[in-house]
Amino acid sequence: MIPYIPHTPEDRQVMLSALGLTNVEELFHSIPQKHRKPEIRLPSPLSEAEVVRELKRIASRNTSAEETAFFLGAGAYRHFVPAALEAIVSRGEFLTSYTPYQPEASQGTLQAMFEYQSLLADLLGMDTVNASHYDGAAALAEGVLLAYRAKGGERKTAVLSSALHPEYISTVRTYIEPHGLRIRGPGEGAWKPEELAALVDDSVFCVAVPFPTFLGDLVVYRTLCTATHEKGALFVVSVDPISLALFEPPGAYGADIVTGEGQSLGSHLSFGGPGLGIFATRGELLRKMPGRLSGITCDRKDRNGFVLTLNTREQHIRREKATSNICSNQGHVALRAAVYLSLLGKTGLRTVAELTYRKARYASERLGSIPGYRVMNSGPFFREFVVRCPIPAEEVVHRLATQKIIPGLPLSRYYPDRTQDLLVCVTELNTKEEIDRLADALSRVGAEV
Amino acid sequence: MKTDKKSIRTVEPFIWELSVPGRVGVSLPEADVPEYPLPGEIPLRTELPLPEVSELDVVRHFTRLSRLNFSIDTHMYPLGSCTMKYNPKVNDAVSSLPGFSEAHPLLSEELCQGSLELLYRLQTALAELSGFQAVSLQPAAGAQGELAGVLMIRAYHLDRGDRKRTRILIPDSAHGTNPASVSMAGFTAEQIPSDKRGNVDLAVLRERCDDTVAGLMITNPNTLGLFEEQIEEVTAIVHQAGGLVYGDGANFNALLGYLKPAHVGIDVMHFNLHKTFSTPHGGGGPGAGPVGAGPALAPYLPGPIVRTVEPDVRYTLFYPEKTIGRLKSFYGNFGVLVRAFTYILQMGGEGLRAVAEHAVLNANYLKHLIEKRYRIPYNRPCMHEFVATGDVAPGVHTMDIAKRLLDYGFHPPTVYFPLIVKEALMIEPTETESRQTLEAFAEALLKIAEEAVSSPELLHEAPHDTPVGRLDEVRAAREPILNRTQTGIT
Repeated sequence: MIPYIPHTPEDRQVMLSALGLTNVEELFHSIPQKHRKPEIRLPSPLSEAEVVRELKRIASRNTSAEETAFFLGAGAYRHFVPAALEAIVSRGEFLTSYTPYQPEASQGTLQAMFEYQSLLADLLGMDTVNASHYDGAAALAEGVLLAYRAKGGERKTAVLSSALHPEYISTVRTYIEPHGLRIRGPGEGAWKPEELAALVDDSVFCVAVPFPTFLGDLVVYRTLCTATHEKGALFVVSVDPISLALFEPPGAYGADIVTGEGQSLGSHLSFGGPGLGIFATRGELLRKMPGRLSGITCDRKDRNGFVLTLNTREQHIRREKATSNICSNQGHVALRAAVYLSLLGKTGLRTVAELTYRKARYASERLGSIPGYRVMNSGPFFREFVVRCPIPAEEVVHRLATQKIIPGLPLSRYYPDRTQDLLVCVTELNTKEEIDRLADALSRVGAEV
Repeated sequence: MKTDKKSIRTVEPFIWELSVPGRVGVSLPEADVPEYPLPGEIPLRTELPLPEVSELDVVRHFTRLSRLNFSIDTHMYPLGSCTMKYNPKVNDAVSSLPGFSEAHPLLSEELCQGSLELLYRLQTALAELSGFQAVSLQPAAGAQGELAGVLMIRAYHLDRGDRKRTRILIPDSAHGTNPASVSMAGFTAEQIPSDKRGNVDLAVLRERCDDTVAGLMITNPNTLGLFEEQIEEVTAIVHQAGGLVYGDGANFNALLGYLKPAHVGIDVMHFNLHKTFSTPHGGGGPGAGPVGAGPALAPYLPGPIVRTVEPDVRYTLFYPEKTIGRLKSFYGNFGVLVRAFTYILQMGGEGLRAVAEHAVLNANYLKHLIEKRYRIPYNRPCMHEFVATGDVAPGVHTMDIAKRLLDYGFHPPTVYFPLIVKEALMIEPTETESRQTLEAFAEALLKIAEEAVSSPELLHEAPHDTPVGRLDEVRAAREPILNRTQTGIT
């Protein structure tokens, strides 16, 4: 018997006779007979213990970050996740509820959404944050599409910084291709504000930049943002939310649309998903933004409560004229972010960001001082930096893996000619001892060259 | 009015209302590295307006919030088309094994063979169940899977130099996201009516199919809960016109082990793992919307996907030959994929067929229990769900029935959808509800139908027993209050 199907033979009998049937297969007669009930070549059912054993075997074929000295980031970050967070988000009332279309039965989800919207709006310095998008890449893609629509559809070029995550640039290409839009920037290798400003003309509807960049650099965008507005285009920033505990948020210098990856706010690496697509706008752009929003209203007795609101933007009401086709979002990951920001709070989030910044600086000094290695970032960075190695970075990763050290990402994965460059990521979870061990291992590799 | 900023008061206070300067909710390590000043050239943040609360404050706040929700774990939740079946706990436990939850997506392939094995085996299982040649696990949700499928159809036609195909046909009984997905992919959506039996009107379909049609998006079983009786004719008509057929797999749970959609001419389809394969909905997401495709469209699948290098031993990522590209970073909602794979392993082929059988049996039994009092507009044997109407007494509407159900401890069905049925109540009990629960639910519906006649005000004023009463959605949209600053509470 399958534990998730409660029917006894007697139940089946009672139900079938009520329907005047003898066999459940009779209910499938509208399916063409020659295709009905095909052979399914899948293994036989397993007990829970057997399934767990098999899944543990599969999981053991992965190297888990917690069993190594771990310095890999590049869009998925390992920060501390408090036990209280896990306890809260695993409550069935949050985990096994649907989209809150019946508000009176969903006030918990709706208020948590509202708190997420508020905490993120405060962190980003923006007016309106939606209840989440799929991930940082898809959020950026829809941010670019929002900018295109907001400018009326006449302008057809998006300027993208070449320092955005390469997978984000690919995702933007997939989303904008059917609309006949062009991308300028990555091809030119433009990422510094003055380089990007030079690409903005009357055909450009937005400039989209990362903070920090894919290679960790902190860039000041205020002037570029103003220049973009002067040319009549919108300014879009794809952010890492933790860095904003220390540095000026994009809302403060006039960004129109802010997107980002929120996985670092209380979610695990989980092989890259589920992530959390952060999506924020200012002012009237709200009316054109994709995704759900929780808002406040009243019941008949004048008691306040929450509902999904401004639904006329959305696919289930506006159909083909909707601002997006998004329906399911990453609501439960947004809940994680809301709980994380609540637990860490004003001082905790700042501490995480400071520790991350300081440890990354310490690591860069240690690694940069090893003979044969060179730190490539020319200015300040947040949690990642590039080290040029004396041998191919892939080879470095391969050698250090045997010592239970994952030293970073070989940049050749995305930029084939950068064979010797390693992108190193440091967070508050990396100890000084681990950083020193990384430095020692790298110097041994260097000494062998 | 009470949405005046100064007077807003919620059942549970906001987390920031609990804030007391100096409190923290987490302990963090001391710095073990030297202090470095923050960079002078980067403007710093002046203020970080986050709450200052203790761990217990946070735990109590969110626990109290959770108790304001209905959920599968606490209530029957028969939302049509949403497949609110039980979400097995073992799936969650497995997805948090450190080998999965602490696996980084950019590890070199020799260090993440476990993830790649799981992805490959899930691709293979979904292909086996659906009859498709290949599956991509990349889309994060059903709607993103739809977008992927329609982009694949677009790429296919463009590849053949066929540029005049700008229209996609959608039956009026299709899933709600389809028209918006079509627009996102740069096509025009065009509606095809249903006939009297709730099938696609073949005469109209024939008339509309020409060399400007890129394809058809069909939901089967459709949103009336009915199997498209002439599905093979439908796909043949579209194919003859040179178009391709997209299958919306939101209702695939009804077909498990009974039909492989590829066998009846579907060229591409998405799966909702958060429906058919039991992963939790999380109050709105994350879901997962893998896409499967037959020979015509498999080369266009979004990437990367996984193939074997050495069968059962070594796996690698690759992009299909003519891929439409990426839809997000990395490889789909992996944590959701782990849960779905765990479910498939536990159920096996025969267990999954039993899922379809019991889902369909439950829906038909429930329909039987209420049809004496609730009108069923297209009344023939249904699949996993059916559509009734809520106009059981003069002046009583579906919304009244829905809200009154809350007082009886049941989450309402999907309401006012599909749009082709006025006052629709779309009911999907799922296979995980017992006969006794179905009977209790039917009894509540019948009781409410009586109340609709004897004391309709009970329905109009419902719900009575929820933390708040019926909420004014028009007011919420008129002057939106969407964040802390707009409430005026700090």
